[in-house]
Amino acid sequence: MSASGLLEVRDLVKHFPIRRGLFARPSGSVRAVDGVSLRVAPGETLALVGESGSGKTTTGRCILRLLEPTSGAVRFGGVDLLGLSPRDMRRMRRQIQVIFQDPYASLNPRMRVGTIVREPLEIHRIGAGRKERDAMVARLLERVGLDPAAMRRFPHEFSGGQRQRIGVARALALRPRLIVADEPVSALDVSVQAQVINLLIDLQEEFGIAYLFIAHDLAVVERIADRVAVMYLGRIAEEAPVEAIFKNPLHPYTKALLQAIPVPDPDRARTREVLRGDLPSPADPPPGCRFQTRCPVAIEVCRRVDPPLVEVAPGRRVACHLVPGPGG
Amino acid sequence: MTRLLEVEDLSTHFVTDEGIVRAVEHVSFHVDQGETLGLVGESGCGKSVTALSLVRLVPPPGRIVSGRIVYKGADLMRLEERDIRRYRGREIALVFQEPMTALNPVFTVGYQIAEGLIVHGMMKKKEALREAARLMELVRIPDALRRLRDYPHQMSGGMRQRVLIAMALACRPSLLVADEPTTALDVTLQAEVLDLLRRLKDDLGLSLILISHNLGVIAETADRVAVMYAGRIVEEAPVRDLFATPKHPYTAGLLKSIPRLGEGGEGAGRRKRRLSAIEGNVPDLLRLPPGCAFHPRCPEVMPECRVDEPRFLGAPEGRRAVACFKHHDPGGRPR
Repeated sequence: MSASGLLEVRDLVKHFPIRRGLFARPSGSVRAVDGVSLRVAPGETLALVGESGSGKTTTGRCILRLLEPTSGAVRFGGVDLLGLSPRDMRRMRRQIQVIFQDPYASLNPRMRVGTIVREPLEIHRIGAGRKERDAMVARLLERVGLDPAAMRRFPHEFSGGQRQRIGVARALALRPRLIVADEPVSALDVSVQAQVINLLIDLQEEFGIAYLFIAHDLAVVERIADRVAVMYLGRIAEEAPVEAIFKNPLHPYTKALLQAIPVPDPDRARTREVLRGDLPSPADPPPGCRFQTRCPVAIEVCRRVDPPLVEVAPGRRVACHLVPGPGG
Repeated sequence: MTRLLEVEDLSTHFVTDEGIVRAVEHVSFHVDQGETLGLVGESGCGKSVTALSLVRLVPPPGRIVSGRIVYKGADLMRLEERDIRRYRGREIALVFQEPMTALNPVFTVGYQIAEGLIVHGMMKKKEALREAARLMELVRIPDALRRLRDYPHQMSGGMRQRVLIAMALACRPSLLVADEPTTALDVTLQAEVLDLLRRLKDDLGLSLILISHNLGVIAETADRVAVMYAGRIVEEAPVRDLFATPKHPYTAGLLKSIPRLGEGGEGAGRRKRRLSAIEGNVPDLLRLPPGCAFHPRCPEVMPECRVDEPRFLGAPEGRRAVACFKHHDPGGRPR
């Protein structure tokens, strides 16, 4: 993995205050993201996986500064994003784009597709005049597999998969170096998911874009990621190159997550160890290791001491008392 | 095996301003005692409308326009409205996918589980509440007696889904119809709920119709599978046969398009592996193509597919059926 990160996130924290009633003082906080550090190299895909409430989406939004983090540092290409003025941040967004999960909600229904894809070009003054921009929009639509005639139509005239292609074209318009893709295929039908994943893989090869790919579907992640970070209750539980995560998961939560995935093969055994219990509330995480309430192998120390995320092998980090560090 | 449910030539249409939406068209299938039928398909294929049609709960402007639904020998289509109520919930129970919206927020979960028993006149309120606590234990809700008085908002998504299953089980139905029962849940909870459904089926001798778009869920749970596309069943087979040798090009494409764990390639500098996708989009039911509804996306399309609609016919080896001209000619003769 490259030592020079394109994106470097250090000790990112986002707490949402809990207020009861009008004018009430905060009576606690939801620790949605609680000390997350990660790095994305140019042209690579880091997948951020986890179940609902793990903090993966909040992490993505803090990096984009769609949410202001409580503390921590986010550096992009060496620039501290959190120190930027709104104006400079806007300029920076040319290089960091986003694709959202819901292609029905993320496109303005009153705007024609051409306007939607052209808008970022206008905001960032790319291309001289309407005509040149329209030509760029036509090329973008073609590149994502849509007929350029789509420019004159409205989002509702398209299916979910086609709308997600429009979202990809919009994100691509500014030739960003990083795209934060938040569950980009989970709202799509199975037969259409594959098309959009293939498109994202092809675009990465062609343009060298880095992806922060936020997802809960590990089978999809295996196809597109170079590295995977597994989140649980606002923390990274394990981070490793993609083959290592799938062939040799180390954290008990990663193992449970992989085991839980239903396998499309009727000949596989139909019984498995299932994880009991629900995710604890991020407003009141358990003491010690956050996973201890559901962990099948927890020991006494897990209930008291929060395990740090340590490097156990080059490029592999695990937060578990039961995983030996480097050298034993 | 005893036949529990037999659906013959069911069609359910929605009359809208823009035209007639044929949500379910000439669908036939059956469920035997103690078996799990998986109904699989993508959005808009008609799988949920099929489920609602079984107990005649299709919302207007939808209407069942033809077909027979024979349950334990009685044709449900011929029953008066007040007579079908004896079947709803009591014989055939539905579990819906949205644990957040399928529960009434102003009643306790205990009362909602007990309600069916009270409405069907099977128990008095006090006894029904005791039974509700037993059902909550059955679906592994910890501390059931205390949680009886919880309101839905006090429970997590996984617990609510379990309450819905307990509700469905209350009147001891013979057939449980579960429409995407785990779709709104995280994978670890999904595994737990599927495990629960399998166990309940075995312990209580239930028959199950499991509706899902997730082929992994179907592979793990179903004995037999019916694949729906654009309102029709295009293929039906025992689960192993379907996954091993799909006959319909849509089934084959669907199976190829899902990423499977462990097939992502390996080695340093491995190239990311593209998936094999079905081209095109799921069709709009108002603008279905002529002939076979799948033909515009079909990699094996033939001239007759653009003209005639293939009938859903049994394959020679029995136990399997498919609607595709690859397997029988327009006259219905096997090829």
